[in-house]
Amino acid sequence: MIAPSKPKLTQAKIDATEARIAAIGTPDVRGWSAEPRSDALARLRAMGLPGARDEYWKFTRPQTLVQPEAPAAAVFHSGEPEVFGDMNRVKIVFVDGVFDPEESDELAPAGVTIERLSQAGSDIHWAKALYGKLETAGQDPVPRPLAALNTWAATDGLLIRVSGKTDKAVSIVYHHRDTASDVMMHHVIKLDDGAELTLLENGPAAARFNKVMEVEVGEGAKFHHVRAQGRDHERRAVTHIFARIKAEALFKSFTLTANGVLTRNECIIEMVGDDAVAHVAGACMGDGDFLHDDTVFVTHDALNCESRQVFKKVLRNGAKGIFQGKILVKPGAQKTDGYQLSQSLLLDGDSEFLAKPELEIYADDVACSHGSTSGAIDEDALFYLRARGVGEAEATNLLTLAFLAQALEEIEDEALRDVLLERLRAWLDRRID
Amino acid sequence: MLEIKNLHVKLEEEDKQILKGVDLTIEPGTVHAIMGPNGSGKSTLSYVLSGKGGYEVTDGSARLLDHDLLDMDPEARAAAGLFLAFQYPVEIPGVGNMTFLRTAVNSQRKARGEDELSAAEFLKAVREKAKSLKIDAEMLKRPVNVGFSGGEKKRNEILQMAMLEPKMCILDETDSGLDVDAMKLVSEGVNALRDGKRSFLVITHYQRLLDHIKPDVVHIMSNGRIIKTGGPELALEVEENGYADLLAEAQV
Repeated sequence: MIAPSKPKLTQAKIDATEARIAAIGTPDVRGWSAEPRSDALARLRAMGLPGARDEYWKFTRPQTLVQPEAPAAAVFHSGEPEVFGDMNRVKIVFVDGVFDPEESDELAPAGVTIERLSQAGSDIHWAKALYGKLETAGQDPVPRPLAALNTWAATDGLLIRVSGKTDKAVSIVYHHRDTASDVMMHHVIKLDDGAELTLLENGPAAARFNKVMEVEVGEGAKFHHVRAQGRDHERRAVTHIFARIKAEALFKSFTLTANGVLTRNECIIEMVGDDAVAHVAGACMGDGDFLHDDTVFVTHDALNCESRQVFKKVLRNGAKGIFQGKILVKPGAQKTDGYQLSQSLLLDGDSEFLAKPELEIYADDVACSHGSTSGAIDEDALFYLRARGVGEAEATNLLTLAFLAQALEEIEDEALRDVLLERLRAWLDRRID
Repeated sequence: MLEIKNLHVKLEEEDKQILKGVDLTIEPGTVHAIMGPNGSGKSTLSYVLSGKGGYEVTDGSARLLDHDLLDMDPEARAAAGLFLAFQYPVEIPGVGNMTFLRTAVNSQRKARGEDELSAAEFLKAVREKAKSLKIDAEMLKRPVNVGFSGGEKKRNEILQMAMLEPKMCILDETDSGLDVDAMKLVSEGVNALRDGKRSFLVITHYQRLLDHIKPDVVHIMSNGRIIKTGGPELALEVEENGYADLLAEAQV
């Protein structure tokens, strides 16, 4: 498969791309994934790795994500218990991208099959129809070269097929122990018609982490995704979710991020069946040397679908937040209900929030709205709390939590929501002297 | 209880003097009312006493018991026993009313070196007090003042007052936006807190609130000063004749 024709690449871009490819060498690949991987390499070469001048990399410098060597990242020991430790789950652990069988549960919950990408060797596999395919579809109109790089070179990942409903969540835990680890993982998840899955992800994963997740949500199926990205201050992560959502299906994804010197979370959603629902939300808290970028692209290509984006960022001490969100309504996607909200709470004058909301609509019977705001703590609310005896720091925390809580409301499971709220509260309280 | 001497206050941002020498002494257990035309400085007085920003005290003092109020943070004033019932209670989306109340009660207890209330103790107290103010469980669960009617907001103020058990309560136009029934409910809530020790300063435009909350002393404020002080009959006089005569008299 050849990528759509793009403007000619600069020599600098070609050099940067080839340098990275050379540094990776030849991925150890057998069986069915060989073909999509070599397609991905061709795609990558055709578009080149991102540069600072690329439209979608204007706000986030891609250099450290692109360069051959991963910048070192110290391992952070928070001393906190694992965030999803009390949830009913099947746990699968990766340490710097390497599967840890000792720490992982048996890979066999009812109604779900889980395999590892690195182990799935035969020529016939259900994942072949999806691996790299949703990523390819998501390259148009906006190129996502780091995802193509990942499809080519990912060393492991999970292939999760859900045929029924399971009361156990699948929980992927990513540990980071090597200060120089440079990890690429690629998950493929397929929910058959009517199936249901809750997927949990947490942990810092690596010094530099590139993760792709391709998800197909079958007709009437329900997919809930909740992740808490690791708190290692110096880690870097670029993640892509490519989702294809069929008729009457539900897709919900929520991400909590605190710390990390660079995080770029892309979510590319394609609604291909009528009456489907997709919600993607995120809450992040950044302090100091922190850049967090949410880049979302939702395509409505069916009737009467609902999409919703809710992103909240709390920034202080020079932290930087970015939101690039787009809703594309294709011709004929009537009765689309698209909503997009991106807000930042700037706790001081040094922090920065850059937002680029976009709507592109080719159908005439749709409701699409977007709102983006950037503001300080509400002085009236702060005074009201203080006048009732609540100290300034605690009042600020209460208002900060309230601001983020609106994004956490997007998580359907109350127990999960409470776990994350509690974690946030604990992080905030630690700031009070 | 509260002793204000020669209080001069200007707006921080502009060179506009709002209070021009207020003197006011409130004894323990008494109810004082301040009436006065719009723009006379009544609300400013309540804000300055509770520590709101944007004002600069250029002269004078304000003491609550043995505390020098004007040197304290708003939260410290609250913990010392000062309570302001807001004219416009603030909406705080995302913060539940219960969380708000409990945080406030326990912050004050902590600041005074007392033990925090347990969840059970708090719940019992809040249910009891909410019931008498006809505040239902639903209202307690909702975010602070969000979507509350004018009457609900004011009842919520009185609930906070009842929970925080302050020594000195300032009610800033608590009657504004209330219908007759709501005013009665709010007044009953206030009267229930009159225990012979707690003091009240009731700021209002209208005499009718003072039919329900009977004051011991009535002050008339105009142009940043208290121009006349009298008994409850002074409020009736204002109700009948307006402020014009009093203002003219004061200028003589």
